[in-house]
Amino acid sequence: MPVVDRRTPAPRTPRQRPAPRRAVRKAPPRRQGSGRAHGLWPYALIAPSIGGMLCLLGYPLVRAVLISFQDFRLRQLISGEADFVGLRNYRTLLADPRFWEVVGRTFLFMAINVVLIMVIATLVALMVERLRRVGRTVVLCSLVLAWAMPVVAATTVFQWLFHSEFGIVNWALTSLGLGSFERYPWFADGTAAFAILVTLIVWQSVPFAAITLYSALTTVPLELYESARLDGAGAGRIFRSVTFPMLRPIFLLVFSLEVIWTFKAFVQIWVMTRGGPGDATTILPVYAVQTALSSQRYDLGSAASMITVVLMSGVLVLHFRQMFRQEDETR
Amino acid sequence: MNTRTARPRLRRLPLNIAAAVTVVVCLFPVYWMIATAFKPSKDIQSSDPRLFPHTWTLDHFERAVDADGFALFWRNSILVTLGAVLLALLVALGAAFAVARMRWKGRRQFMLMVFIAQMAPWESLIIPVYIISRDTDMLDRLPTLTLIYFMITLPFTIVVLRGFIGTIPPELEEAAQVDGCTRTGAFWRVAMPLLAPGLMATSLFGFITAWNEFAYANFLIIKQQDNRTLPVWLSSFQNTFGTDWGATMAASTLFALPALVIFLLLQRHVTSGFAAGAVKG
Repeated sequence: MPVVDRRTPAPRTPRQRPAPRRAVRKAPPRRQGSGRAHGLWPYALIAPSIGGMLCLLGYPLVRAVLISFQDFRLRQLISGEADFVGLRNYRTLLADPRFWEVVGRTFLFMAINVVLIMVIATLVALMVERLRRVGRTVVLCSLVLAWAMPVVAATTVFQWLFHSEFGIVNWALTSLGLGSFERYPWFADGTAAFAILVTLIVWQSVPFAAITLYSALTTVPLELYESARLDGAGAGRIFRSVTFPMLRPIFLLVFSLEVIWTFKAFVQIWVMTRGGPGDATTILPVYAVQTALSSQRYDLGSAASMITVVLMSGVLVLHFRQMFRQEDETR
Repeated sequence: MNTRTARPRLRRLPLNIAAAVTVVVCLFPVYWMIATAFKPSKDIQSSDPRLFPHTWTLDHFERAVDADGFALFWRNSILVTLGAVLLALLVALGAAFAVARMRWKGRRQFMLMVFIAQMAPWESLIIPVYIISRDTDMLDRLPTLTLIYFMITLPFTIVVLRGFIGTIPPELEEAAQVDGCTRTGAFWRVAMPLLAPGLMATSLFGFITAWNEFAYANFLIIKQQDNRTLPVWLSSFQNTFGTDWGATMAASTLFALPALVIFLLLQRHVTSGFAAGAVKG
């Protein structure tokens, strides 16, 4: 993706420049196309993509909005006809203390995950940069392997690691003298289950963030570090005044991606705990699906999903602004 | 002399320890999955788990492969995934070519749409997709999954292919056209061979995304259990294997193996960061 392996910032190319005539095409703007009249060809080429997006993405989204304004339960699912009830579903949700608990938990979950991922990934990236060649290859390879681990497989493995009777974690903790962890049932306790999910998600997300930050780090010119060192700056000062400002765009991109991906933790949570024990690991997407498919309140579930999308879109706007700034620089 | 060589080594010690810790933390769950899969059952269910198995056995793999429906779900996964990736590749190739090589009104808007689609909140669309597929009688059918996975992988495929096509100088094709090739002919004969590695890498990433997808496979295939895919089967291992963790880990290993191999093969691409946003888990 051009976002990450970006070139050195070039001055913005003006987007609308007069199409060069065919004869004088000695120095056409890079990747801007030949400037010939293509007629309807480009539109024919993008038509399948547009069609796919409209039918498979646009329509479900519209349908979700509609359902969130309707009275839609099992009966309406079978008959296929539903009445509009205005904002009733949203009012029901917002008046439900359980919903607010879920929203609070979602933000807590997101904050813990993102902070841990960003801090650990930055440290790992800085470390990889300082390693010699062999060490660097070994660390990068193991990061890639952890990243490659399929979500469901990793979740299953973590259930096995934290197994109460034969799990290696309980064995290790007990061997270290923490006798209280003998046969400790991790998934029976809300906080423990929450902590395991955070561990799992951090373990899965750090490789991507670290590798991306590392590949961005390698683009910082070495002279900058040298001159900073000559001026007597320490390691912390160099990070604050040289590394971080240079990497700011990539930091922001990784940050917003990680925030958005927190909602993808749906899979891990559903496979591992289904939101339990009690409500301890229920975050918004889990809550929406539970409400819709388990208690057949499709209307309330859709409303919760729409609230999730609105909450996410704040971060998305930040993400796209950053992305398009990069687009303009690289193209 | 001695102190001079020893000091940098000593100074690098914390760094090397940190590197070792990172490697162990990253690899241990993967290692433990594989190690458990090869251990005899009595070593798995012991109060003193051995870090390195003494005896190796293939029993667990045999049980996993013989388990109900493994072959069937494996075939389903492959069919759905390949269908989605090929469809996405075909559709994306046209769009990427239009974006990278042609000038037309609305190009920027189209790319904005693609970027938005790439960030689509699929986790929040499960309910309407479920209802729509129920209304159109598409529930419990594999083509539904193929279409969804096609849409999930399409935006990324367009973005990456656009980048790859952009790196091929248009002059090459123009030269072929001067020599008498048609525009399409020039693209197929000149650009496609150059594009092949990019197409390969892109489709492998799409393959992994679709191979791993769980949420839709879980909620759209309900009654027709024969149409389930591997991730859903694996997630319900307790129904299949009970407390047989050896077989469960063997099944996980078999399921994870394609992804692990593909990532290692594509390591160069992965570490250059080109897959940013493509593969999550």
